[in-house]
Amino acid sequence: MKEKNKKRIYLDHAAGAPLDKRVKKAMEPYFMDVFGNPNAIYKEGLEAREALDSARGTVAEVLGAKADEIIFTSGGTESDNLAILGVANEVKQFYGAGGKFASLRTDKTGNSTEVKLSSSSSPSPHIITTKFEHPAVLNACKVLEKSGFAATYLDVGKDGVVNPKDVAKALRANTVLVTIMYANNEIGTVQPIREIAKVIRKFRKAGNGKAISGYPFFHTDACQAPGYLDFNVERLGVDMLTLNGSKIYGPKGSGVLYMKRGIKIIPMMHGGEQEKGLRPGTENVAGIVGFAAALALCEREKERETKRLTALRDYLIKNVLNKISKTSLNGSATERLPNNANITFLDAEGEAIILYLDNEGIACSTGSACNSANLEPSHVITALGKPHEHAHGAVRFTLGRNTTKKDIDFVLKVLPGIVGKLRSFSPTSII
Amino acid sequence: MADVDKWVYSNIVKDHFMHPRGFLVGAPKEGEFDAEGEVGSPACGDIIRIWIKVDKATDRIKDIKWQTWGCATAIASASAFVEMIMKNGDMKIDEALKITPTEIAEYLGGLPSRKFHCSILADKAFKKAAENYRANQ
Ligand code: FES
Repeated sequence: MKEKNKKRIYLDHAAGAPLDKRVKKAMEPYFMDVFGNPNAIYKEGLEAREALDSARGTVAEVLGAKADEIIFTSGGTESDNLAILGVANEVKQFYGAGGKFASLRTDKTGNSTEVKLSSSSSPSPHIITTKFEHPAVLNACKVLEKSGFAATYLDVGKDGVVNPKDVAKALRANTVLVTIMYANNEIGTVQPIREIAKVIRKFRKAGNGKAISGYPFFHTDACQAPGYLDFNVERLGVDMLTLNGSKIYGPKGSGVLYMKRGIKIIPMMHGGEQEKGLRPGTENVAGIVGFAAALALCEREKERETKRLTALRDYLIKNVLNKISKTSLNGSATERLPNNANITFLDAEGEAIILYLDNEGIACSTGSACNSANLEPSHVITALGKPHEHAHGAVRFTLGRNTTKKDIDFVLKVLPGIVGKLRSFSPTSII
Repeated sequence: MADVDKWVYSNIVKDHFMHPRGFLVGAPKEGEFDAEGEVGSPACGDIIRIWIKVDKATDRIKDIKWQTWGCATAIASASAFVEMIMKNGDMKIDEALKITPTEIAEYLGGLPSRKFHCSILADKAFKKAAENYRANQ
């Protein structure tokens, strides 16, 4: 039914961005020419090692971190799990069966330091996160709850922005980790990471009654941030940060976990000494090189792209809201990524809208229950306090490097007709 | 049924979805139909409504129309169901009641397994409409 060769307008960059040509070029030598195992000490190995070191240096520089704070992984999901489960499994040993002393640790200088458990009555280690995290974070937290951890899922308000005061209120003596995303992947709302980091630092310093000194750590899933937001870890004040290659015009299957020096985690996989033993397995050299190139490009083009896409995004939002009745923007209009427009069309169902748009050559996504494997409406839209009907007609447009004003104009041309058609045979009239 | 595990729609589903037949635009006119039935999907929250006009003497369905607020499959199922009833002239209510969701799915050239529940909606809404019709006789 679809005409072949019809121009496609791809507006689902939050799901995955195409590999940038320049990134592909940077990766090319590392498939066949430089193929050695970076852990070998002969020429082929050394060449691969050099590429790896240089990529690590690039990533560290962009993040404002040290090279040994960068762990290469297979993507955002792995980085999130490594951070959350890694910290959890590390602290678990201090919470041994009823014991007051659970473990001995060594500090940076190699001296033994006793870690004491407070004798407080609620001994479960505690994690704070939000209701609208990516499933990689939410499901990791749920797994921990099953194994005896306590978890707080913070509300995000109707704007989709976490209030740092709520974080302060949720902190407990035995909170070991706070994990809050930098920008939401569905509605693009940007979280006040710096302010939250300040709250946590202050709490950490206070020390009073703290179960384990030095905790809690602050992790953020920043997969959607590169190219738009500042993710210098010093300025942000985070202890751990997740990045994903496929969202930044890099290769799929590549990712990074930034982890501040001094933090200890238990790895999820056990094997060789790669990535300091925290992520064993022969390094994905081409992927790592591609990741670093992609991240550097995002950083270089950040200012220009942010300006360009913010204008396009606002143009799209304004016109959709003006041209089509019973529509609303999901999440704050200002505290949001420059490339994200998430709009609800009442009385029309999201999956149907997506497929009609697909037929016109436009790709985007929806929070509708009909489009999810478990038939649940988007937990993100629901977290905004909106009823199910809003998630049902929520459509996410995420713009990218190749998006032009012409593309947006085409969307604006076909969208009213599509929504109108679906509404024409809808029995509902939601107010 | 083909494609049961794949997230792919058959061309027949696509055709019914892109060019749905037999739906009602807006509210029905006075006396246009004899009964209506509505169901909401407990699974995903969708709603489908079906109206029927019946010939009293013969118990045959003279007209049947639908509206749905739902996914592509819900739209296609409603469209296909109405087509199945109307394609060979007017069908008796009893005959129409025998149409199963599996038959609707087959008529559509198969449905992805996680979309099968949408084909149940059309069937259920019709059963309600038929019940309502009988109750008023
Ligand atoms: S009607 Fe919701 S999934 Fe089909």
